[in-house]
Formats: sequence, structure tokens, C-alpha cells
Amino acid sequence: MENVISLKENIQQLRKNPGDGNFGDVMVVGGGISGIQASLDLAAAGFKVYLVEKAPTIGGHMAQLDKTFPTNDCST
Amino acid sequence: MVEVGRHPNIEVLSYTEVNSVEGEAGNFKVTLTKKPRYILEDKCTGCTTCVEYCPVQYPDQYNQEISKNKAVHIYFAQAIPLITYIDESCLYLKEKKCRICEAVCKNNAIDFNQAPEKVEIDVGAIILSPGIEPFDPKVREEYRYGQFVNVVTSMDYERLLSSTGPYGGEILRTSDKKHPHNVAWIQCVGSRQVIEGGNSYCSAVCCTYTQKQAILTKDHDAEAKCTIFHNDVRSYGKDFERYYQRTENLPGIRFFRSYTSIVKEDPVTKNVTVRYSTPDDGVKEEEFDMVVLSVGLNPPADVKDIAKKFGIELNSHNFCKLDLVNPIITNRPGIFVSGGLQGPIDIPESVFGASGASSQIGELLDYRRGNLAKERIYPPEQDVSQEEPKVGVFVCHCGANIGRIVNVPETVEYCKTLPNVVYAQEQLFSCAINSAKEITDKIKEKGLNRVVVAACSPRTLEPLFRDTLREAGINQYYYEMANIREHNSWVHQKEKEEATEKAHDIIRMSVARACQLEPLQEFDLPVNKAALVVGGGIAGMTSALSMANQGHEAYLIEKDSDLGGIARKIHTTLEGLDVQAYLRDLAGKIYKHPLIHVYTDATITEAKGYVGNFVTTVKSDRGITEIKHGAAVIAIGAELYTPTEYLYGQDERVMTHLELEEKIVSGDEKVAKAQSLVMIQCVGCRNEDRNYCSRICCSESIKNALLLKEKNPAMDIYILFRDIRTYGFKEDYYREAASKDVKFIRYEPHDKPQVEAAENEEGRPVLRVTVTDYVLGKKLEIDADIIALAAAVIPSAVTNEIAGLFKVNLSPDGFFKEAHVKLRPVEFGTDGIYLCGMAHYPKYIPETINQAYGAAGRALTLLSHDTVIASGSVCEVAEKKCMGCGACISACIYGAIELRETRQGKKAVVNPVLCKGDGLCNAKCPTGAISLKHFTDEELLSQIDAVVPEEEILQQIDAAVGDV
Repeated sequence: MENVISLKENIQQLRKNPGDGNFGDVMVVGGGISGIQASLDLAAAGFKVYLVEKAPTIGGHMAQLDKTFPTNDCST
Repeated sequence: MVEVGRHPNIEVLSYTEVNSVEGEAGNFKVTLTKKPRYILEDKCTGCTTCVEYCPVQYPDQYNQEISKNKAVHIYFAQAIPLITYIDESCLYLKEKKCRICEAVCKNNAIDFNQAPEKVEIDVGAIILSPGIEPFDPKVREEYRYGQFVNVVTSMDYERLLSSTGPYGGEILRTSDKKHPHNVAWIQCVGSRQVIEGGNSYCSAVCCTYTQKQAILTKDHDAEAKCTIFHNDVRSYGKDFERYYQRTENLPGIRFFRSYTSIVKEDPVTKNVTVRYSTPDDGVKEEEFDMVVLSVGLNPPADVKDIAKKFGIELNSHNFCKLDLVNPIITNRPGIFVSGGLQGPIDIPESVFGASGASSQIGELLDYRRGNLAKERIYPPEQDVSQEEPKVGVFVCHCGANIGRIVNVPETVEYCKTLPNVVYAQEQLFSCAINSAKEITDKIKEKGLNRVVVAACSPRTLEPLFRDTLREAGINQYYYEMANIREHNSWVHQKEKEEATEKAHDIIRMSVARACQLEPLQEFDLPVNKAALVVGGGIAGMTSALSMANQGHEAYLIEKDSDLGGIARKIHTTLEGLDVQAYLRDLAGKIYKHPLIHVYTDATITEAKGYVGNFVTTVKSDRGITEIKHGAAVIAIGAELYTPTEYLYGQDERVMTHLELEEKIVSGDEKVAKAQSLVMIQCVGCRNEDRNYCSRICCSESIKNALLLKEKNPAMDIYILFRDIRTYGFKEDYYREAASKDVKFIRYEPHDKPQVEAAENEEGRPVLRVTVTDYVLGKKLEIDADIIALAAAVIPSAVTNEIAGLFKVNLSPDGFFKEAHVKLRPVEFGTDGIYLCGMAHYPKYIPETINQAYGAAGRALTLLSHDTVIASGSVCEVAEKKCMGCGACISACIYGAIELRETRQGKKAVVNPVLCKGDGLCNAKCPTGAISLKHFTDEELLSQIDAVVPEEEILQQIDAAVGDV
């Protein structure tokens, strides 16, 4: 939950930032593995991301999987 | 996921739907509806007290409705955001009764007055990644799902296997909570079927996930019997073939190539009977304890609604309609697609497609890229290294997670008795922002110079707590974490007293270590903004172009005199792309781009440096050039195997599939006029020498067959195959070929087709192919005019050389090895080097393009920054102790150590930039000269010494001696 709070704080900081208008914003629809990866890459490359997920949490179907083939690594 | 939650540039809007999208690329106005969670997100701490008291039990969606959850609950243990929500099963929402949760919540986080909230956001671009929906077998009654209790879907089974699943990781039958010992899987449920409710395409992942489930079932229960009823086994991906063999070789696992039907359920035992056919014994029936339906992948249930809202076109299967040369764009500019909406694809494709979408958005919105280096001003660091250690301990309740098991107040009192501890207190959630601030304040107030937080694993929250020290002007490496949750309260829930004692022990150890800690500095490395791309095929060109379009110089190195790679031998794709026209267009863009520098006839002679700062020497038609670059993309492609079998090279009527394609396109007469043509699949792979599937050959042969049938419908075409692996939408072309009378005959590897030159009855010279037909159960003789061999795709001849130069690894099959097969499919273990195209593994052109954009996207996450941070926890050599034996050098997998000549002889030197702090070298060093900062012997031994006090050890020794 600290994540949520710090996130909000950060966004507020960003909004106060006068350079805000130049900030590239992107919406990612769907917070499964693909949406998560896209959000992280965009954020790391300097874009502000809104990750919109219809479920109460991100994670998608991959979060339901136990392990992944062909290495049997943990999925979540 | 946690990274998303923590990233300052990502706002997660969970439980939110998109209403409408207006505007155009660069300027979309999106209206969202935040559904009411009935929880105040900023107040909920995720303590789950409300969940405990909630009286409503209803089927848990996360666990596929096998087990129960409460009306108020957290979706699953690692949810982001990690807070509760209340769903429609709530008594208050339904009948205005209860409100217990409201009464028990200490943070007043429950709010039943919440209503749907409209949010408007302005964005420049959109990525659609709504994922897939598992096929619902209820639409076809014959699967008996929902009717026979022990018929489950593969998704249900996935939850049964999971330790967070409905039975805590025990595979149990819902009917009697007993372990099933005899489990059957039925493949292609909802896939490869042209029937009402089914999907004609192949779902591409089920064959291999079933093998995974069978392996895991054997892990759970070594005696279990697993039976897999399948059609073709489609092990087309990297390392899938070996995985298939691993599964097949486990005792008690059977693969049956057969269609099946689920016929009955035993009324008493609830066992399920499956009917199937065998080649030798006809139709058989067999009873199983459990039947798993390997369900396929559907588009999202609301895909039509999504298409309408976003104005995108769908294909005939209701997935996104994809561009032939850019599978990431949609028909609406500014809206991109990644993941399952592209089609039924596996996780790595979903991941690099996402990175690719990110790269293309970078191309679109580069001018708006923000400067992320949000300056945080920290107070100047005080030098406390000469002070006596003054340790502060903060013990976290973690809501009820720790507090309910460990006696936290008593533990705090204990901490105060420990040597060097000058302050201790408890906190409800140490990670909450106010608690973190409290730590900073206490450091200043009490003059602390070391901090121990006794809470959870350092993996997630250590960066946050280190920050609290920096905020107080103390070096962040003076922080130490005691894990009393994962290592204690979670695993000792029934032993409260012992858990409290263990918490004491763990904290005592941490305090001891904290006293030994040394201040360390992290440092910034500059990043050179240019990229080097090795390989000028489709992958390399696409990647270079995408990076250059975002303002980065790209040096494109091609060993041939022309760009294009192996694609120059391909003329068309199954979907109808004119490959040569596409290549001309792409190469044109490359040559015209002012930021792309092409080196043809080029070889790399030397590659030095590290992330952000590479120097590569290239010998080319331009002479010898030293190129400085921050990132490198390896895209050297692959080659075609030259067959030695089936008279190839001896008889000109035998050719490879690519040679056949060339002859079809050029209108070669012998091919055009052939009466009979035989294609043999799996030539040079799926064997001992090359134990992998070349992935593309089935479709290549089918493509050729369809081209030939179009020109000459009367031609007899036979495809001799082992498994037809037309995964995904390629299945449609397989079906089309079969409908056009292309004859598919399966052969077994131990009984390969035989080819000999002969004459037919009319005295015409032919190639006689003898093959056993397993359906008819007899040997066939086919007289062919032309034989086309589906020759394997093999790693490029220079793969080893390039791997050596850039110090990257190879997979067992000789292709480059990515950092993580699922989650980091375009990166290497070595930072700053990326991978795409057939150098990674054989793949189709659209897949290559997807991955090439992905590599560019990942490279941009590095190149868009001015600096990268190197950790302070790296290895260091005490030169006097080093005798220059080099044992550490062979232990280091990052090439971070080298020997340097000094006046005292050869000495090992660590490059702190390359060092990852894994400490492997420490263990190898015979003189103890090399040590890992932050994990020194003194630090670790102090921790061990604190486990059992010296007096106690002496007493034990005395007691033991006394016994003698």
C-alpha cells in the first residue's frame, strides 16, 4: 500500500512540475504480462503511463499460472 | 508487478474500464470509469482484518472457483495494488445488512458510499494488451465440463498445482478431496476445430503447457500415471523439443495420438471414462481419476466491444487484424497492440511485442519524452564511520502478518537489550510513507548511524528503507533488513512462542551485522547514445531503424555485400506479403536515414567495454573503424542446413524448400510441369545432431504446396511429416492445403521415407519414395518428379565468434541464449546487449519484426538515459594477498575480473562496472584476497557468531566432552 501512496505522491509532484505539458503520456489497456512489460519499458524510456486494468489487480492470466515452460520457473 | 507498483511514472488504474476514446495519434482523450471497490485506496493497508470477519463465502475467481473467498478480499496474495475490494456478493450491497468490515477496519478504509467515478485522461498513444480468455468448454456439451465433477480445465489444474491454489498446492479432486493418481489430458479443446463454438486456429501453447503439467504432476506424486491424448505435438518453440522428450521419458507418462470422447462418470467413484482409438487395438475405453481439458486461447470476451471503442479492425478469428510487416500497429494510428490480442501467442512473444510497442510509441512521441531523472535532493552525507555503532531497530507488525504470530512489543523490549542498540520501536507498517518518514526522523533525533528494519524480504522494500537513511544524511549501506515475515511468521503460524524467539534470533543477527557494515558509494556511468546492430537482415534493419527514428545513431554491421539476410531467398509469405518488395523498401529507409551508418562486407575484430560504453572495431569496405556505442543488438540471423540425405546434391530433382520456392517463383519448367511432388519434413533437425524443431518449415512447405496447387491444381503433392506444426492462425492454411487435396502422410523417425531413382510403369524416370502410412497401416510407394526437403534452420556460422567477442552465452542448440526465456527474451545476461531475429531461434518474418522492435524498445530503456547506476556492493581485491592464480577469473560469469601486470607480478583486478556482486569469485580465491563489499567475511561471520552466544557454545562443548 505504500506503493500506492508513494505513487500518488509522485504523480502529484509531476503534475506540479511546470514542464508537465511536455510529458508524453501513454495509456496501456490491460495489466497482464504484456501490459506490464509495455508500461515498464515506456516508463523507463521517459514516458508517463496510465495502466488501466479492469480487474482489481494487475497480473492477468499469467498470475494464475503455477510455473512456466520450458524451464518450470515460477510464474508469479 | 511490484516494479510497476513502485515506478513513479506508472499510475495503475485498477478496477477501471475504458468508456470512450476520442481524438487522434498524439492527442487522445480517454474517458474511464473507476468501478467502486468500496475501499479507500489510500487508507487500506492490506491487513486483511476485514476479510477475516466477513461472513460471506463465495467461489474464488482467482482459484477458478474451486475454493471459497470472502465478499471483501484481496484478489490474490501478490496483488498490485495490495488492497482489498468488495464485490457484488457483499450482504450490505445486496441487502443493506452486515457492515462488519466497516466496524473492524482500524483505518476507516471501508466506504460503502463509493460510486463509479469518471476519470478523463489525455494521452498521446495507446497500447491495447487486453490478453486472452481461456476457452470455455461449457459451450460444447460433449466435454462434460461442469457436469462431471472430475473433468477440469487446464486453468483449473494450474491452480490445483499452485502452492497458493485452492488446496495449498495439493492436487485434489473436488469430489472426494483425494489425490488423483491417474490423470488424462485431452488436447485441442476448443482449438483446431471447425465446429460451432470451437476455434479453427491452433492455440499454440497447449501442447507444451500440458507437458509442463504432466511433469509437475510427477513432481507432486512420483507414482502418478499421466496420459496425454493429442493430435500433432507442436513443440515448435525454443527448447520445447527437449521438454517434450523430457516429458515422454518420465515413467508413467503416455502420449496417445488419438481423438477422444468423454463417455461416462462412475456414479460412486466419480471417475471419468474416456473413449479413444488406437492403431492396433481399435477403439478402447479407459477410466481416469481426473480428466484435464487442455483449453485453448480465445480473444477477450468483450473483444468486439474493445474493437468498437478503440476503432480497430478484427480478423476473422476476432483477434486484432495485423499489418503484414508490422504486427504491432492497428488500423488506427497511435493505437498499438501487444500480447494476446495479436493472436494466440506464448509469453515471450507477449513480452517482446510489448517492448516493441513501447519502441514504436517512442518513435511517435519522441518529442514529448519527459526527462525522467526527477532530482531528489538528499542532505549531504555525514561521515559516521569513526563513530561507535548506534543502531536503531524498527519492528514491523505488517498489519497482522507478523503481529499476530510474533509478540512485537516484547520483541522491541528485547531489541533494547542488544549491544549497540540505542533505540527500538514498533510500527504497524514500516513501509507506509509516514512510517518511512518516522524512521528518517528518528535517525536524526536519536543520532542513529545504523538502522535495522525487522519486517519482510529485502527483495521488494530494501530500496525504500535505504532511502530513509539517505534522507537523514546517512550512507544507505548502513541499512540492514531482518526478515521476520517470510522466514518466520508465515512459516511458523502455529508456533507463536517459538516464532517470537526466532524473531529475536534473526534481529540479533542483523544487529550484529549492522555494526560491521561499511559505507559504500554507488556511481553513475555515462551512457553513449549510439547503438551497434550486428546483422543487416530484417531483424537488424528493423531494430536499427526504430532506434534511429528515436534520435539515436545506429551502426549497422553486415557481413555480406548486401542487406537483407536470409529473407533475400524468400519471395512471399503464407499471408501473401511480397517479401522482396518489402526488403527493398526497408533497405531504402536504412540507406536514407541520416542516423544509420551501414557497414557491408564487415567483420568485427574486437569488442570491448561494458554497458553504456562499448568500443567495437569493425573491418569493412570502409576500412577499419572503431565504433563507440552504448548498446548492441545481436541480429546475425541463421542459415539453412545443407542436406546430406534423400539424394540431395546427387540428383538435381531433389532440392530444399527454399530452392523449390525460388523455382516456383521463377517459373522453372521442371517444377511447373511436375505431375507429382513430394515434400519431406524435418530434414536435419528433430534428431540427435540438432535436437530442436525449426519452427517454420511446416508452413514453408504448405505455402509452396498452395502456390503449386494454384498454378497446377492437378499436381499430386504429398507432404511427409512427423507432426504438422502450423501453430496459431497458420492452421487455416494447413486446412486449406488438405482441402485442396495436398496429401499429408505421417512418418516415424525410426522409419524414415526412402528415396531412390527409378522408372515408373511408363518408363519415365522418377524418384521413388517409399513410406509407411500409419493410418492405412501399410507401405506406400510414391513416384515423384520433384522432392523438396524441409531443411533445418541452423545457427549462423559466426555465432560462436560473435558470442566470444561480446561475452554472451549460447543455448544447447547453438542459438544465442536470452537472459530469461519468458521474461527477458531480447536481452542477454550481459547488460547493454540485446537479441532479436533468427539468431535467437528460427521464426517467421512477422515474429522477427515483433522481436526486432522489442530489442529496440529494451535498448531505448538504456539509451534514453544519460547515466546508469552501478551498485556499491561489488568485489574488490586486496592486492597484497593476491597471488595472480586466476581462479577468480574463471569463476566470474560476467568477465568482470582480469589479471594485470604489477611490480609484484600478476594481480587480479575487478572492473566494478561489470561486477554483479554474486560473490562466486570469493569462494574460489585460495588466499582470501578477493571480497565482496557489503557481504564481507567480518559482516557475515558476525551474523553467524550472533546465532549462538559463545558461552552457550562453550557450555555445549563442555557438556559434550563431559559425556565422553
